Amino acid sequence: MDAVEDNAEAAEVERGAGTMSPSIPKRTVASPRVDRGFRSLALLGAVIVLLIAAAIGVTLVQGASAALLSFGPSFFTSRSWDPVLQQFGALPSLLGTIVAAALALGIAVPLSIGIAIFLTELAPAWLARPVATAIEVLAAVPSIIYGMWGLFVLAPVVAEDVQPWLTKHTALLPFFQGPPMGIGMLTASVVLAVMVVPYIAAVARDLFTMVPAPIKEAATGLGATRWEVVRSVVLPYTRSGLIGAVTLGLGRALGETMAVTFVIGNSHEIGLSLYAPSNTIASTLANEFTEATGDLYLSSLMALALTLFVLTFVILALGRMLVAQTVRKGAA
Amino acid sequence: MSLVLLRRKAVNALASLLSTLSAIIALGFLAWILATLISKGAAGIGLAFFTRLPKPPGELGGGLANAVVGTVLLTAMAVAFGVPVGLLAGIHLAEFGRDGRIARTIRFVSDVLMGAPSIVVGVFVYALLVRPTGKFSGIAGAVALAVLMLPIVTRTTDEMLRLVPGSLREAALALGAPAWKMVTRVSLRAALPGITTGVLLAIARVSGETAPLLFTALNSPYWTFNPAEPTASLNVTMFNYAMSPYHDWQQLAWAAALVITTGVLLLTIVARTLRARAR
Repeated sequence: MDAVEDNAEAAEVERGAGTMSPSIPKRTVASPRVDRGFRSLALLGAVIVLLIAAAIGVTLVQGASAALLSFGPSFFTSRSWDPVLQQFGALPSLLGTIVAAALALGIAVPLSIGIAIFLTELAPAWLARPVATAIEVLAAVPSIIYGMWGLFVLAPVVAEDVQPWLTKHTALLPFFQGPPMGIGMLTASVVLAVMVVPYIAAVARDLFTMVPAPIKEAATGLGATRWEVVRSVVLPYTRSGLIGAVTLGLGRALGETMAVTFVIGNSHEIGLSLYAPSNTIASTLANEFTEATGDLYLSSLMALALTLFVLTFVILALGRMLVAQTVRKGAA
Repeated sequence: MSLVLLRRKAVNALASLLSTLSAIIALGFLAWILATLISKGAAGIGLAFFTRLPKPPGELGGGLANAVVGTVLLTAMAVAFGVPVGLLAGIHLAEFGRDGRIARTIRFVSDVLMGAPSIVVGVFVYALLVRPTGKFSGIAGAVALAVLMLPIVTRTTDEMLRLVPGSLREAALALGAPAWKMVTRVSLRAALPGITTGVLLAIARVSGETAPLLFTALNSPYWTFNPAEPTASLNVTMFNYAMSPYHDWQQLAWAAALVITTGVLLLTIVARTLRARAR
């Protein structure tokens, strides 16, 4: 917790919280009873937040217990997902979630940083603002729209043009072989990447604008090209914030449901080909939750939900720790 | 010009090209998506969309009036559940809890909640409200949406209140105002534009969410005014219709997509204009 406290203190100083007055007295002379009531009401609101978070944990664990107890730790390594035989394993969905998120970030992070560099260093002022607004519009579009666009517009293009081209030119790699159906891990990753780019780009751009001009000018004064200024000054300065931004994007990519469910193909198979239909935990839940027959099926689905919850929590906590660590090392 | 200098210039040019290309790619995707949305959705928009009930596939002339009403109903209930709690929690964090241990824990927990995937929240509300009562309901859907709104409203209220200078508070207290009056009349009033922006943005985000409604509010092809029954919503209807093999249902799904996106974008623009004007 030390890192969190240090970070909170640093944030406090930055926010100028020294301007906040000392604690409000618990009971003013004017109306002690109303004050007590108001304080309690506010505390109630805060406690409800705590209760809800705790309730999520408790409910998920409770719901998942049946499946976890009957399958044990092999639940996470089993590849079978058979409602008929009542054999459920999380590995296909879990692997699909991780692969989709990793691929999506692999596409999105370079794109986002490129966009942020364009907005802060390259674009003239009259261009930067509309482009930045356009990126924010991308972020505001509901994710189901991405899914529908992916299914009706992108998938046919991928099936007819992209996949055959890739198969022809990468004959040695197993990743791009298989029937070009259009829906599958590849399309899902692309849709996910397009969805995640605005978030990371917006945060990265805000971070880049916070780099103090004097140190950038110093680098330019020493003869650095624009790219060298970015590489040697801007990127190291904003490293911790960028880690936070990427973590945020990763958290979103892991939990995204609608953008993925339309195009991932809904198949509990593991294979090397990116063309193959696949599943993520979120798409499994979306597709099968209302049709789950039997308590074990439902409990397995809740175990998947619990896994996703823990996974996102760990990733986000890790991101915060990494950010706090780099802040402490004095890098940024 | 030395070779090293030429190489550095070349690298710089390449980097500039790639950055510009990234922006063009992003803008290209945005234009593609919006163009698809408008071209496919505009054909389905009309008076029938907003006034008629859905018809079975194959019969023309259906609309999604019930879904429009249902979405408004669900969003209104979500706001009623989520905004007051979030406001109170934010007030506690900014005015009373400050930096104490409880407040820090609550902020951390609120961040955890904010990062929870929306479908996990849907599963949680299913286990909490749907399974014990045995029925899907609009209330369950609204609770799921409220849980999604809660951390956003809490954090926005907390941060906006913290921006209010302490001198205003001290002035009010020095004039003999009770603490509750100081918080509501001075702090909240000063932070109101920022909080309103945050709430509007939270509403915009939540009205686009589909996953939490899938197994809480379910859906319905009829008029749904009773929140204790499954409630129709544009989002879940889009999900069902778009994945169906019927062309007129897909048409309706695109029209619904256009309506939802327009609503969300309008809300976002209003929120940002409010924020810009407040500054």
